[in-house]
Amino acid sequence: MNDQPLIATHWQAALGRLARNRAALAAAVVLVLICLAVVLGPWLVSVAPDAVDWDNISTPPSLANGHLLGTDANGRDLLARILAGGRISLAVGLVATLVSVLIGVSYGAVAGYLGGRIDQLMMRAVDVLYALPFLFLVILLTVYFGRHVILIFLAIGAINWLDMSRIVRGQAMGLRNQEFVLAARAMGVSSRDILLRHILPNLTGIVVVYATLTVPQVILAESFLSFLGLGVHEPLTSWGSLIAEGAKEMENAPWMLIYPGLGLGVTLLCLNFLGDGLRDAFDPVRSDKGVG
Amino acid sequence: MSEQHKKHLFAAVVLAVVALLVWQATGKQSTETPGLAEQQNQPTEAVLRRGNGPEPESLNPQNSRTDPAFNLARDLFEGLLTHAPNGDLVPGVATSWDISEDGLTYTFHLRPDARWSNGDPVVADDFVYSFRRLADPSTAAFYAQNMAPVVNGSAILSGEMDASELGVEAPDPATFVVYLVTPTPYLLDLLTHPSMYPVNAAAIDAHGKDYGRPGNLVSNGAFVLEEWVVGAYISVRRNDHYWGNQGNRIDRVIFYNTSDDSAELKRYRAGELDFTYTIPLQQFRWIKENLADEFRVHPYLTTYYYGLNLRKPPFKDSPQLRQALAMSIDRELLTEKITGVGELPAYGWVPPGTSNYTPQSFAWAGMDAAQRNARAKQLYAQAGYGPENPAQVEIRYNTAETHQRIAVAVASMWKDVLGVETTLVNEEFQVLIQHIRQGEITQAFRSSWIGDYNDAQTFAVFFQSDFDLNLSGYNNPAYDALLAQASRENDLAKRRGLLEQAESLMLADTPVIPMYFHVSRHLVKPWVKDWQDNIMNLQYSRHLSLQRD
Amino acid sequence: MLRLILKRLLTAIPTLLVLVTAAFFLMRAVPGGPFAGERNLTPQVEQNLRAAYHLDESLGMQYLRYLGGLLQGDLGPSFQYPDYSVAELIAAGLPYSLQLGGLAFLLALAVGIPAGVVAARHANSPTDMGIMAFCLVGISVPNFVVAPLLVLVFAIHLDWLPAMAVEAGRGMGLRNMVLPVIALALPQIAYIARITRSSMLDVLGAGYITMARARGLSERRVLWGHALRPALLPVASYLGPAAAALLTGSVVVEQIFGIPGIGRYFVQGAVNRDYTLVMGVVVFYGTLVIGFNMLVDISYRLIDPRLRRS
Repeated sequence: MNDQPLIATHWQAALGRLARNRAALAAAVVLVLICLAVVLGPWLVSVAPDAVDWDNISTPPSLANGHLLGTDANGRDLLARILAGGRISLAVGLVATLVSVLIGVSYGAVAGYLGGRIDQLMMRAVDVLYALPFLFLVILLTVYFGRHVILIFLAIGAINWLDMSRIVRGQAMGLRNQEFVLAARAMGVSSRDILLRHILPNLTGIVVVYATLTVPQVILAESFLSFLGLGVHEPLTSWGSLIAEGAKEMENAPWMLIYPGLGLGVTLLCLNFLGDGLRDAFDPVRSDKGVG
Repeated sequence: MSEQHKKHLFAAVVLAVVALLVWQATGKQSTETPGLAEQQNQPTEAVLRRGNGPEPESLNPQNSRTDPAFNLARDLFEGLLTHAPNGDLVPGVATSWDISEDGLTYTFHLRPDARWSNGDPVVADDFVYSFRRLADPSTAAFYAQNMAPVVNGSAILSGEMDASELGVEAPDPATFVVYLVTPTPYLLDLLTHPSMYPVNAAAIDAHGKDYGRPGNLVSNGAFVLEEWVVGAYISVRRNDHYWGNQGNRIDRVIFYNTSDDSAELKRYRAGELDFTYTIPLQQFRWIKENLADEFRVHPYLTTYYYGLNLRKPPFKDSPQLRQALAMSIDRELLTEKITGVGELPAYGWVPPGTSNYTPQSFAWAGMDAAQRNARAKQLYAQAGYGPENPAQVEIRYNTAETHQRIAVAVASMWKDVLGVETTLVNEEFQVLIQHIRQGEITQAFRSSWIGDYNDAQTFAVFFQSDFDLNLSGYNNPAYDALLAQASRENDLAKRRGLLEQAESLMLADTPVIPMYFHVSRHLVKPWVKDWQDNIMNLQYSRHLSLQRD
Repeated sequence: MLRLILKRLLTAIPTLLVLVTAAFFLMRAVPGGPFAGERNLTPQVEQNLRAAYHLDESLGMQYLRYLGGLLQGDLGPSFQYPDYSVAELIAAGLPYSLQLGGLAFLLALAVGIPAGVVAARHANSPTDMGIMAFCLVGISVPNFVVAPLLVLVFAIHLDWLPAMAVEAGRGMGLRNMVLPVIALALPQIAYIARITRSSMLDVLGAGYITMARARGLSERRVLWGHALRPALLPVASYLGPAAAALLTGSVVVEQIFGIPGIGRYFVQGAVNRDYTLVMGVVVFYGTLVIGFNMLVDISYRLIDPRLRRS
């Protein structure tokens, strides 16, 4: 009755398949490199991201003045700011995704497994949240909580869990009537234990795949907030804010749009490859059919 | 997805990015061609297309409060006095006026040919009605405060008296009398403010809040309302009944909603606007390089400043810290590198160009940068701070590109000169306002003070201890006494001296840090003629003309 | 079918009520008020303003007042635009949002679904790669980059199309709509193509498709005749929220093209604390979402005969 080893082999097999997928592997390596660069940013670039260089305001990339990727309209080094911004953007992506996975999975699994009236009620609540415009909620949350970086993460995550909960609920409903769950219930195992030991482990695949797709969504949502001026505080920055600033000056200072855009683009691309790879790895039947 | 194809995809994306980079690097500015709209719009009539900023909130002059709405009101209505193209006061509906010896009674003689857009004559009773309407609390007028100098004005505002008790009178249709509580030398200037414009009583009775709609709006200015597409544009056409119709060379004006200044610039470049409301600040370098001939900059009556909350530490009882912070900001650098379109560095509070006034400056304004910084360090030390014990200051500003860039620059200057550790807090506008008003958690906050009329009083009152909007919480009995004395003074030269003295006194205490005096910024197409910049940033459409070659 | 619709309509009422209540109290919990501006008001004037809009009453009273108005179809006056009621503002913006959003929606369907089908048909070919690469760009480039870029290229440098969506005297012509519709549709095309491709591939692997192929049906008939219909199910469930979002417009696109739609009210209303305006658009949006989800359910039954019987 113990299916733990089964799951372990499932994971091992999946990781094995992932390791053979060279594109996904390359994406993973690039992602790790980006994370490293971003975390080690302060040691890689000697200029502080908020230091103003009064002699080089809004200058294009140049070796001569030491600003490899140019400066922004305040005379701050763009490379330093991209690295600093990446820290925020990636953190937003990870934390918000984690929050949305936590809420979405537990909510969806409980609703799906319990079913009946409770499920009805819980899904009605999701309907209400769906009907509230995303933008309205985020604006209210950021205003209410004083626009703290952490709270932006939480706010975005707290709103992004709806899709996740729906998907998980569907899966959990299917699992509910599987033989091993029925058997566990017959043996008197409590609902809580069934959820934790039988339902959740079987949801890993879809959750992992969906999570890699949520990260880019969240990063983009943050950039949208930045465009509206509701993003992170100065002197902190994010790729989204940098792109929003750059978009306003795409003609006279294209480097301000291109380089942060490149950072964001490469990251999203890699996440996409990794997500595809993970899906293939966790769902070998489908990938055998040649589905990418 | 096979390995092979993933590689293809990767290569394709890389190629696309490279192509983008190359395009950016080589894509030189193509020569501006006249836009579509221009080609199609060969004028049979003179149509002026103005960028007008965000949506005007109301076309009812007593219910409006922002410049976009005022711009429209100035074209649609006319007050007792109006402006010449250069901003000087000239007769409007009133041709002449008498002021009593004590300065408390103003008698206006109305022009016999003044007409509403429906042909009815504009009479003194219209002004009585409109002034009462402004003071009446049920109108919920943003500028009701303009009635405070009028007899019983304050009591009506606070609901203690009925609006009919207001000190205005129409002894005959061509004579309008205003009784004041104190001499108000700036009254004539105040009368050009849109909130003081006459509205048509019959039309308001008939349409209520729908008065400001096309078809309902009966107005007495050079133009009448034709169409209002909320969020897109408002068009007005020549008012055939306007007394000065002869001098108006514009047949139709379209006020386009341009709430996004970057988008406004693009529309202007595409030839869809004749002049812009403003310019996107972050593009000023590009504009100076590419559109220098069409770029108009002129000072106007607004002071951009950082207020210091005097009710709480660190600024409470620490004039040295306030002075040190004020001195260590290099305003020349700020206005040259950050704002950059010709703003004047501010070493005082009242902007230059204010009529009948000599703006005052900080005592240290004449020092050079090195002397100033040295003195600032001394004061900073006297205030009890130093490298071991740096001052911690918080700047609050509302979310906007300009404010953010200025705050970043100021923080960097304070750090370089004094070693101050500054935290930047950007808040949403409504939240910032609330925090400033409460005066509990704010330290330094960014704001601007906009002169409502061209007189030093509108700036001086800001620091009066019992003034409702004394945001810094400045309280100096000597300052209050000077202002009180000035308000009783009928001799303009003496009054001026008192106000100047008050400003000097206040600057020595440094309750605010003025940064710069604003400038109006417009892009104006070469075919717009007779454009005159002025201190109030006013452009009446009827003063302009169009001449395409 | 009729019973289903009735049942959904009945459950929609409590959902809407909860929505209204939540939005009302959330909005009021936020600091700030509707009357602050760059030029400050004196407290007396502000007090008069608050009284004029009943903001001096207790919150519960205001809530009841709002609900009472709502029952009579009255969304209240706008605080920000005293000349207009909220219902009038929404009614004024709706035609523009409907036109642009509707066109963008059709364009997204017309391009997205075929693109997805073609990509699935030629899975892993260069065509597929190209389409998927395009989708990736469509999804990951924010529209505040796409929209100004479109204006820069097509309105300023090439001078082919106007930069403004609505011109006085001419209104919103076809030429005016091209750029905003593209900007609105681009990310939707990308999402729809991706979903279509993935569900199409699932369907193409199913037994009955193999059977159909074995019966010697042409590939074209298999694809468009047999496979497309079931493959559209996941697309349909995506379309509900997507349609609501498109029809209520995009703040960014409206701002950049000067479109007088209703999308900007979500942001403007919340930022200016125009309580009634925010409530109005939230109620409107909520009704749309609930309505579209109902349509999705119905279309599910139409697309999938098995569901129709159960």
